[in-house]
Amino acid sequence: MSRTDTDSKFGDYGGQYVPEALMPAIEELTDAYERYVLDNEDGFVDEFRERLRDFGGRPTPLQRADRLSERYDREVYLKREDLLHGGAHKLNNALGQVLLAKYMGKDRIIAETGAGQHGTATAMAAAHLDVDCEIYMGRTDINRQRPNVFRMRIHDAEVNPVDIGSGTLKEAINETMRDWATNVEDTHYVIGSVVGPHPFPKMVRDFQSVISEEAREQVRDRAGRLPDSVVACAGGGSNTMGAFHEFVGDDEVDLVAVEAGGSELTIDEEEDLAPHSASLSTGEEGVLHGARTKLLQNRDGQILESHSVSAGLDYSGVGPELAYLADEGRVTPVNVGDDAALEAFHRLSKLEGIIPALESSHALAYLEANPESLGDLVVVNVSGRGDKDLDTVIEESDKRNLDAAPSMEVFEGGE
Amino acid sequence: MASDTPATESDITAAFADEPALVAYVAAGDPDAEATKEYVRALVRGGADVVELGLPFSEPVAEGPTIQQAIRRALDAGMTPDRYFDLVADLREDEEVDVPLVCMTYYNLIYQYGPDDVAGPEPFVAAAAEAGISGLIVPDLPVDESDPLKAACDAHGLDLVFIVAPTTTDERLGRMLDRATGFVYVQGRLGTTGARSDVSDETHVSLGRLDETDLPKAVGFGISERDHAREIVSGGADGVVVGSAFVDIVSEQEDTAARLEAKARELKAGALDGAEEMAQPEGK
Repeated sequence: MSRTDTDSKFGDYGGQYVPEALMPAIEELTDAYERYVLDNEDGFVDEFRERLRDFGGRPTPLQRADRLSERYDREVYLKREDLLHGGAHKLNNALGQVLLAKYMGKDRIIAETGAGQHGTATAMAAAHLDVDCEIYMGRTDINRQRPNVFRMRIHDAEVNPVDIGSGTLKEAINETMRDWATNVEDTHYVIGSVVGPHPFPKMVRDFQSVISEEAREQVRDRAGRLPDSVVACAGGGSNTMGAFHEFVGDDEVDLVAVEAGGSELTIDEEEDLAPHSASLSTGEEGVLHGARTKLLQNRDGQILESHSVSAGLDYSGVGPELAYLADEGRVTPVNVGDDAALEAFHRLSKLEGIIPALESSHALAYLEANPESLGDLVVVNVSGRGDKDLDTVIEESDKRNLDAAPSMEVFEGGE
Repeated sequence: MASDTPATESDITAAFADEPALVAYVAAGDPDAEATKEYVRALVRGGADVVELGLPFSEPVAEGPTIQQAIRRALDAGMTPDRYFDLVADLREDEEVDVPLVCMTYYNLIYQYGPDDVAGPEPFVAAAAEAGISGLIVPDLPVDESDPLKAACDAHGLDLVFIVAPTTTDERLGRMLDRATGFVYVQGRLGTTGARSDVSDETHVSLGRLDETDLPKAVGFGISERDHAREIVSGGADGVVVGSAFVDIVSEQEDTAARLEAKARELKAGALDGAEEMAQPEGK
């Protein structure tokens, strides 16, 4: 985190498309990012690393997946972000930003959340660092992610329901930006992914790049060389950029971003609905939530409602740096559908004894679909654990009569 | 319109020349395009000097709940940029609507408009000018990202209005005033659009910082009553921008046009009261 990396754009992507009222706060944040995060002023980075270790449990292991390696006849390693405190990579960023807010003298934290993982990580970090915390969450998401709502409340965060629109992540981001525009003087907005206006995409990437920093060392120790490919799921793209960043300069390492193909890769122009979240592989350039990036939008530029069985990938945009790296040919965007992701969820649970998040299951599904394309040595980022997804997985597997799903008839008949 | 004269010949600026101006906002297409025409006529009858016609975008981050819902209704009723320009062209044919029309929208709609192979804001600005729009207000486009749109507006003789916030630094203010035309939109308080019960102290501070500029200054965000308009104009503003108070009336759908006209008349009267107060202490 020592590079001088202060340009607000990635090629034509990125930038700062936000209301004027927020611009002074963004300039203040940019200054804080450069001083504390890039230049380690007042030992910020040292304290961040220490807390990631002691509170978060870093480093996370890079584990050889023995049965997957056998199944695909190549070396498969899993980067176990599911073992980070809280059960997902989200803490890397939340802890970094809440700590930065403290260094900046802001005593109130707000954040959006979709599936609830970022909200939970922010609530944990805020409790750990003794800062007030409010989370905005769409009403639909509150109803389908109850355990995470409980976790946020238990950490003493306020959870503010967002009722307008579809009641999901997109609306929660809008509402958090409105709160920030109102309370900008004492409040920091902990954005949950590599999206939003500069400096958020770079700052969140820097906090998450501990994933690839560790993985790069670990794979060299274990396998004696760099991998042929690194595979990570991509919604907004924070685990993706975290898993890729330190490998971007290694031209021999393919970087594969796996998006949610949802139920099909079409767009319903009548309903302004995309039954998928593949903005990187199918979207068009536009401006949303502060940045120019690739978006799911209609001809006029209205943003489409996206879909994925995985709430954490269900977003109409994607981080601007990923859009840039995809255009440059450095990152290969691909996608897999809901069904394949569900099967991959069950496969890893059975073969390796790891219940992956539905988000991470997309990366594992691509490995199943195209193992040859990934070379002899593959690192897959397991961005989170799947305990939060059990209700969804059982319901959706049942609906599809998935062969891979275990029978749950033990619950039937009342005995 | 004389296109060979420089952009200083702004019909928006001229609308502030004789007395304090009322800038009135409604969302185009809420609840449908025909109704919007009727509402614009009513606002002009009531004394609106500039009409700000919102082109609805699906993610309106600068708006409070009242205007968010109006935008939702307009989108659900099928408003699009092309239908918006048709609506504007119809209004320009209407002799009763003899005031400048300003388009308020978000940058993605401006950026996407036009043929797929042309990226950038120029096709939108050309279509807006052709339809009869006099200026643009784009709340998610800060001065830092405004070069392409500013160039297109200059080329087509449109004003680009910048919003000055209570948090705007002097350095940023200077950059905005270098580029601003039409009028300066003074955001009266932090937060989103929406009616409030008082005038914020921030308003007075912001107006004080703008003493030097030649452009008219209009204050928006939170103004809904005659007394607010009076206080703001007596505090040095050249006009007031009112949105949510009108959109509230539209949302209720009861005797809408008559109530819009009456509300406009009330706010305009408040602005005139304020101007009178301004004049008196000077002994004139």
